Amino acid sequence: MQKGRVIIAGHDLRTEPEKVRESIGIVFQELTLDRDMTVQEILEYHGRLYSMPKSQRQARVDELLSLVELEAKRNVLTRHLSGGMKRRLEIARGLMTRPNVLFMDEPTIGLDPQTRIRIWEYVQDINRQGTTIFLTTHYMDEADQLSDYISIVDHGQIIATGKPWELKNALGQDIIYLETSDNQGASNILEGLDTVRGVRDKSKGIIVMVNVDGTHLLPEIMEKLQKRGIKIRVVNLKKPSMDDVFVHYTGRELRDTGTEKTVVVKPGGR
Amino acid sequence: MHKGFLTIYWRDMLRFVRFRTLLFTSLVQPALWLAFFGVAMSNNFDRLTATMPAVPGVRAVGYLTFIGAGVIAMTTLFTSLFGGTVLLFDKNWGLMRETLSSPLPRIHIIVGIGLSAMTKSFIQAAVIMVFGLLLGVKFFEGYTATQVLISLIGIALFIGAFSLGFLFLSAAIAITMESPEGMQAVITLLTMPFFFTSNALYPANSFPPVLRALSTINPLTHLVSGIRYFAIGSDFSSIGIRYTYTQGEAVTSFIALLIFATIMFLIARWRFTKVTVT
Repeated sequence: MQKGRVIIAGHDLRTEPEKVRESIGIVFQELTLDRDMTVQEILEYHGRLYSMPKSQRQARVDELLSLVELEAKRNVLTRHLSGGMKRRLEIARGLMTRPNVLFMDEPTIGLDPQTRIRIWEYVQDINRQGTTIFLTTHYMDEADQLSDYISIVDHGQIIATGKPWELKNALGQDIIYLETSDNQGASNILEGLDTVRGVRDKSKGIIVMVNVDGTHLLPEIMEKLQKRGIKIRVVNLKKPSMDDVFVHYTGRELRDTGTEKTVVVKPGGR
Repeated sequence: MHKGFLTIYWRDMLRFVRFRTLLFTSLVQPALWLAFFGVAMSNNFDRLTATMPAVPGVRAVGYLTFIGAGVIAMTTLFTSLFGGTVLLFDKNWGLMRETLSSPLPRIHIIVGIGLSAMTKSFIQAAVIMVFGLLLGVKFFEGYTATQVLISLIGIALFIGAFSLGFLFLSAAIAITMESPEGMQAVITLLTMPFFFTSNALYPANSFPPVLRALSTINPLTHLVSGIRYFAIGSDFSSIGIRYTYTQGEAVTSFIALLIFATIMFLIARWRFTKVTVT
């Protein structure tokens, strides 16, 4: 740690690092399973690392294998598991010690849609049972669906934090996309309207964020532009998504540069 | 007391017995050394020394018996020096993150892996001894059951201290290195001087002074002498040379091995505090 202070589950990382380690679980971004151990042994090993007593370990292994639906694979070496199964096993491992706080670093990356949805369900289950989850993701729909709070991180700095609807509302009620014969002119005209919160340039057109119901405002806007002799070629109207929120705050399209990340926080019930 | 080192030990032994090939080769290889190199060299030496007058008044043992102890020591050296490789793989494949982010004190990783290398060395030594006795290695000749038992305990103590020392060295290298190839090269380079400046295969008495000095500080020499002391005796002759090794010298050798293990442990511990997980 370079500077600042970290307090997790009431323990200061600087003064009580051991306590912090005991209260957290981690699901790493890359798979970190020993290929040469069985599913059960992976969980056993983890429980032993945290000095869990044997009876508790066994009960927990049974419970978690049923949660992530891997009972049938109990004695299978992890090298023989599919990608989704490995991920589920890692999630189970992260939960082995019943951590107060679980960190998940892009847990659904590279998974098929079905497995992804399944993992979302586990995450929500776990959260309901009282574990606070910090989840980083590049998938904005994932962030939107799962989180109670979202922080957008750009170049290592948190640039926006809020509940999903708060972040989306900050962009206005609706988003209108226009391609016209004179984008600059259109943008100047629309920025003057009270009902328009802001206008942003895109490569071929403009994005208009509006404060009111877009379905009613759109005909009005089109009429105004046509009166000034601006031809409209393309029109699109939509509700702001988390993708729009991300682009709005980071000022660029989503791409995997590794510098931007969304942190999703789901506080647990306890 | 935190028993975390047993967890590390459990995992390493699990992998050791799981991989039949690894288990099999690690047991057969030293036996083959004894069977091929031992028997071949033994025939040569015995013929060369047949004309030499026997040292009067002391028991003469054949070359096979002489290098029996050497092969046990050599196997322990190799097993222990390569024993740390698992840590390098764990580090490179991200497996070590789990262990390092757990509350387990890092020292337990070193101790756990050390104990498993020690166990492997014990198993190998036992196999070589049994195999050697079948081939005609004359260990424990004329010993009573109690003497054999005491000797076995003595040999185990020597092998234990020695294997811990080299495992700690290996762990320190593994945690510092980046690539398995690099580690392989470093360890192969290390085994040479240890092996050839010892008295494992031939007597060290007739070495030139520099080599002899190296041989005296070489832990492998101390292990070999210790095993010979317990398995053959304190006064014997082989290939026409008389060996005496007093109880005091045996104790000194053992202390030397303990000191070596302690220094290596401290180095390994220091290297482990430098490890960070990203």
